[in-house]
Amino acid sequence: MLAFLERTGKNTLSVIESMGRSHIFLLNLLLGIPSIIPRPRLLTKQIYMVGVLSLSIIVVSGTFVGAVFALQLFYELQKYGAEQSLGVINAISLVRELGPVVAGLLFAGRACSALSAEIGLMKATEQLSSLEMMAIDPVKRVLAPRFMAGFISLPILALTFSMCGILGGHVVGVELLGVDVGAFWSQMQVKVNFVDDVVNGIIKSMVFAFVVSWIALYQGYDCVPTSEGVSRATTKTVVYSSLWILALDFILTALMYGEI
Amino acid sequence: MNSHEMKEDIIVKVRNLHFSRGDRKIFDGIDLDFHRGKVTAIMGPSGTGKTTLLKLIGGQLRPEQGTIWVNGEDINKLSHKKLYSIRKNMGMLFQSGALLTDMNVFDNVAFPLREHTNLSETQIRDIVLIKLHAVGLRGARNLMPSELSGGMARRVALARAIVRDPAMIMYDEPFTGQDPISMGVLVQLIRLLNDALGMTSIVVSHDVKETAAISDHIYVISQGKVVDSGTPEELQKTTSAWVQQFMLGLPDGPVPFQYPAKDYAEELFD
Repeated sequence: MLAFLERTGKNTLSVIESMGRSHIFLLNLLLGIPSIIPRPRLLTKQIYMVGVLSLSIIVVSGTFVGAVFALQLFYELQKYGAEQSLGVINAISLVRELGPVVAGLLFAGRACSALSAEIGLMKATEQLSSLEMMAIDPVKRVLAPRFMAGFISLPILALTFSMCGILGGHVVGVELLGVDVGAFWSQMQVKVNFVDDVVNGIIKSMVFAFVVSWIALYQGYDCVPTSEGVSRATTKTVVYSSLWILALDFILTALMYGEI
Repeated sequence: MNSHEMKEDIIVKVRNLHFSRGDRKIFDGIDLDFHRGKVTAIMGPSGTGKTTLLKLIGGQLRPEQGTIWVNGEDINKLSHKKLYSIRKNMGMLFQSGALLTDMNVFDNVAFPLREHTNLSETQIRDIVLIKLHAVGLRGARNLMPSELSGGMARRVALARAIVRDPAMIMYDEPFTGQDPISMGVLVQLIRLLNDALGMTSIVVSHDVKETAAISDHIYVISQGKVVDSGTPEELQKTTSAWVQQFMLGLPDGPVPFQYPAKDYAEELFD
């Protein structure tokens, strides 16, 4: 019993300590952002690494998710003679939910895991220490550009995902299943609200981007500098990022659309 | 502390240094002096905190107790800005080399200049080539770190450490894992660069022969204390059984070969 209490207390203290460290880390990260302004190349390089290189998985996934969703939806809507609403339902689902959430999950798996591994390895191979000894702040030089790159890239990737999903839905709904092309696009144009649907979707993906980039960089920076430590940090990044995306999605959806 | 005296002769002065990792005491009140223009070695068995000492001198770690003066400044009382300003005048050669893996050799060596100076690319090119020539790797400037051998990587890291002509350079286990040729090159370079550039060198190592060959003064540390100190010649003549065992590399002595355990016969027939 005493051992159980001791273990619980120790684990609680460790969690509180880690939360404290991660918030101090975030504060330093945010304070480091202005240092990117005089050197935009640091940012563009990282946008290429985390954003552009994630495009292929986002485009392919978006297209297939939209296509499958349209296929499922078509047969259900057909039962009620409402298949002409396929376009609008597909679009709203994508820009409000599927785009930000699935793009966020893919981003966590593709880009955030790579960020954690890169920073963890830089720590393990003393590259971060060497920067400090060269009087170069690693938070400003290495971490802040990566954080901003993640924050900028994910919302764009989420929009790209939604756009590809809508096109995938069009191919399946209009080209293969015979939904009227005019109804598909005109209903979408009328019923999708820019602020309620598109802007809220962008806000969601910006929140996800902020949180998953922070998690990825913190896990890499705080890892035990061994191969096992880097591996654990990468795993933690993907698990924590995915769980936070799903939890935050619920909270944001409730705030934006619900009356909770 | 007489800061005028410090600036004249002693570049780093460590007094009553205490440092622990968890429950393990690494330093238990040690005092060290590093004289300007000299090569001073810190020797001792693995795990005695030699690398930790360099991190304490560089301000990357904070001691529990005691003071470390670097160039007349108490390194632990400095602001972040002032600490970084002092580090601009320090170089450090890490055990792994710690080259930035996304840059080639030239860019790695040019990195501190690009970050801290407004020199033109032509001037940077000349300085980098001079430093790479000094370590014998001018021809390797376009190679990536992954294409370098261990010895080459350490020489590139040395070129990077000296590129801004620091007043002091710290070497963390520079000879570990080197083949005899690379080791010979590094031994020669450390002494030559120290004398040619008028630097102060602090070498942390457990390679007795190589380190003794280039050091002006040696501190031997173990179990958180300075066990002995002096010139290499003085340490060769020491009466301390512990230091003799360490300097001669004897397998058994005051530091036992066997990790503490139950009686051998008793355990076998248990």
